[in-house]
Amino acid sequence: MSSQEIPEKNLPSEQDTAHGAVAVAEDPFADPGLPPHKPRVQDIDERAAKRSERTVALLFTLSMLSTIGFIASFVAFPVEKIVYVWPLGHVSALNLSLGVTLGLALFCIGAGAVHWARTLMSDVEVADDRHPIEADPVVKAKVMSDFAAGAEESAIGRRKLIRTTMFGALAMVPLSGVVLLRDLGPLPEEKLRHTLWGKGKQLINMNTNEPLRPEDVAVGSLTFAKPEGLEEDNHEFNNEIAKAALMIVRLQPQDIKDKRELDWSHQGIVAFSKICTHVGCPISLYEQQTHHVLCPCHQSTFDLSDGARVIFGPAGHALPQLRIGVNDEGFLEALGDFEEPVGPSFWERG
Amino acid sequence: MSTVTDDKRKAPAGERVADWADGRLGIYSLAKANMRKIFPDHWSFMLGEIALYSFIIIILTGVYLTLFFHPSMNEVVYHGSYVPMQGIRMTEAYASTLEISFDVRGGLLIRQIHHWAALIFLAAMFVHMMRVFFTGAFRKPREINWLFGFLLFVLGMFTGFTGYSLPDDLLSGTGVRFTQGAILATPVVGTYISFFLFGGEFPGHDMVARFYSIHILLLPGIMLGLVVAHLILVFYHKHTQFAGPGRTNKNVVGMPLLPVYMAKAGGFFFLVFGVIAAIAGLFTINPVWALGPYRPDQVSTGAQPDWYMGFAEGLIRVMPGWEINLWGHTLALGVFIPLTLFGLVLVALAVYPFIESWVTGDKREHHILDRPRNAPTRTALGVAWITGYVIMLLGGGNDIFATHFHLSINSITWFVRISYFVGPVLAFVITRRICLGLQRRDKDKVLHGRESGIIKRLPHGEFVEVHEQLSRQELHTLTAHEQYAPAEIGPSVDENGVERKVTRGQKLRAKLSKGYYGEGNQIPKPTADEYKEITSGHGHH
Ligand code: HEM
Ligand code: FES
Repeated sequence: MSSQEIPEKNLPSEQDTAHGAVAVAEDPFADPGLPPHKPRVQDIDERAAKRSERTVALLFTLSMLSTIGFIASFVAFPVEKIVYVWPLGHVSALNLSLGVTLGLALFCIGAGAVHWARTLMSDVEVADDRHPIEADPVVKAKVMSDFAAGAEESAIGRRKLIRTTMFGALAMVPLSGVVLLRDLGPLPEEKLRHTLWGKGKQLINMNTNEPLRPEDVAVGSLTFAKPEGLEEDNHEFNNEIAKAALMIVRLQPQDIKDKRELDWSHQGIVAFSKICTHVGCPISLYEQQTHHVLCPCHQSTFDLSDGARVIFGPAGHALPQLRIGVNDEGFLEALGDFEEPVGPSFWERG
Repeated sequence: MSTVTDDKRKAPAGERVADWADGRLGIYSLAKANMRKIFPDHWSFMLGEIALYSFIIIILTGVYLTLFFHPSMNEVVYHGSYVPMQGIRMTEAYASTLEISFDVRGGLLIRQIHHWAALIFLAAMFVHMMRVFFTGAFRKPREINWLFGFLLFVLGMFTGFTGYSLPDDLLSGTGVRFTQGAILATPVVGTYISFFLFGGEFPGHDMVARFYSIHILLLPGIMLGLVVAHLILVFYHKHTQFAGPGRTNKNVVGMPLLPVYMAKAGGFFFLVFGVIAAIAGLFTINPVWALGPYRPDQVSTGAQPDWYMGFAEGLIRVMPGWEINLWGHTLALGVFIPLTLFGLVLVALAVYPFIESWVTGDKREHHILDRPRNAPTRTALGVAWITGYVIMLLGGGNDIFATHFHLSINSITWFVRISYFVGPVLAFVITRRICLGLQRRDKDKVLHGRESGIIKRLPHGEFVEVHEQLSRQELHTLTAHEQYAPAEIGPSVDENGVERKVTRGQKLRAKLSKGYYGEGNQIPKPTADEYKEITSGHGHH
């Protein structure tokens, strides 16, 4: 937008009385110029100045003492020593003493310097002129003609072929950099759709590391499970548990409102993904009267007696259910993988 | 040419070193321009300094932390000196953070200083930005420096986020999971970005190492460059100042860099560092040992990000869980809209100077700061923005409020949702009114003087309060601000009777300009004539 669009008269006129100018009698609001300097006590009373000097020196000395205190604390306090300090509670003696002494040592230098500046250094205000940031027309004209001369000498305007190919080359060469980023990670493919669960995989109790029997699942409690064969020392444990984590509850079959949920349960035992469908926190709270589970991250609430649909909070869809049954030895087992991807939504989820 | 041996007087050592350097670096010319450079003084100018100093403190302590921290996700079983964690599987990153906290003497202090300084750094940048906003210091020629500052704030947020993710503890891992979930919600490319960022599925084995190089090299490197550029521009433009006697748009009044400003600013660095060190010694921040290492299937309740990410947390919490499934694709609006808003809220800040300069059409340089009341619409917009920001910040802690004040999380969420739209509007209206009220008061003060508190009885028995005339200095200060006239579209036909084309842009601009400067949206400042009439007519009573 050029300045022409807004008429000059809309712009306020500038107050441009130079500093120190004597006020024009007609204009009561004119700039009267810098007020005269008011001396401080220290400027007129050498005793006050001496006092300030001593204060500054005292602060600097305190700083030195604090540094000595810091070194002494470092040597004196064993790193594991815990002390009770009111009102902080039980804290590390070393950390506390190092922090306080270092803080003091630094603070006193600062306080000394500021006090020195405020009481003893000249506080006469001075004015400096400003100069426009914009170059004046002569300078601008010179730059323009220099640039034109340079461009002309390079012949970049005339030799179109050079220009075009150069831009082409410069535009293409960063592609190599982009290509190099390809191996930052594998392609998603179907990875988010599959978990370690599958037909016949037993449900292993997360706490005891033992396979679960239906009788182990008590009414009113939330049991966490992982698929058989996934051990904590497995290299991929975190990646796998991030998808496979399962929560199990026992409901009264007649309380289950959702038809499919009932079909996929075993004697009222239902298994749902523990990973919140909002942005993926693990769900951890269970309210047994209502059969609601709550995600502690953003409070999405799911109704486990009704297909784990969302009844509150920012999650966008129900928790996926795992179909379970009992194997010949009487242990709970999965009857397949989750039928839909677990965890947060993503574009390809569908 | 005389050689050194010929010299009668040998220059002192310091001077000789300076001479040597000048011969190579030209330091004298540099010092000539800058050594006695004038800096105006005002308490609010220190906010930027706090940001600068905490940045330096972060770099110093960060380098120390790199000496002990192992940015690796290799798993180890902990056998260190922190008993409660012994025998637990964790990544080396977490184990080394425990080691910094419990085995390295002073390591805990440095970790705490680093984290506290990060919180203060972002808070200082935020408040500094507000100072610049409300005083109009972003106007020409400082728009680019506003952008530099803005970038520093945004990059600071991400540096902080990558930093507190490094220890790989339960809390930070939850934050990373949250981020990954948000990335997944990005249409079309989200899944790919997530796989490329984490080197595969979440959490993968690369996150800490990658965040580490982003955290200690990439982002701080860019930020250091921006900080230097920011400061060079401050020097080059010279600092702004408030209006006052002797202070004009063409000068800068204050005290010289050497010695006063150097002593004050240098001293202030130590004050800031001292305070942060003491805070770090006294108050524990991010006790990563309390919650244990990250496991994607575990979580703690009441998980909160650092404050500067709080408004993003709020956005994501209060958004309804909308989700669209079409043609085999999922659009997770419930996550994607907050993600977009997060960006828009920030971008609104970045572009504001350009919008305002478009509305005013003012292409002149501005070195005199506005008092916030004298730019009512701008001030009101700023307060509205902050209101929205703070409401979301509070929304990010909805569970904390619910448990502390025994409120239902449902009602808090609805309260936040509604006030996110209503709050800023109310704040806008109220702020503008307050500004106009203050302008009126200033005008009264100029015309009628200041209330002296002395009551006088007039001959006919009436009591009046004696008003004291303002000094010339005060009169000037209170009337020095500029006032724009609203831009007009002008007649729809030009002087030859030909219809003028009025673009939509022009119309919008005229409307905005009226909103900013139209009747009732600013109080015309007193004129000299008004003043003279009142002071000569009624005398001083
Ligand atoms: C400019 C902005 C920076 C910010 C806002 C920032 C912020 C943070 C935060 C909040 C943490 C978590 C600390 C904790 O509680 O454990 C952290 C960790 C860390 N930072 Fe920074 N940092 C910055 C720059 C740097 C730089 C320049 C370095 C090194 C050169 C660095 C090195 C580290 C290291 C090694 C850790 C992990 C150590 C640990 O957590 O114990 N940081 N950073
Ligand atoms: S991750 Fe569960 S509500 Fe957000």
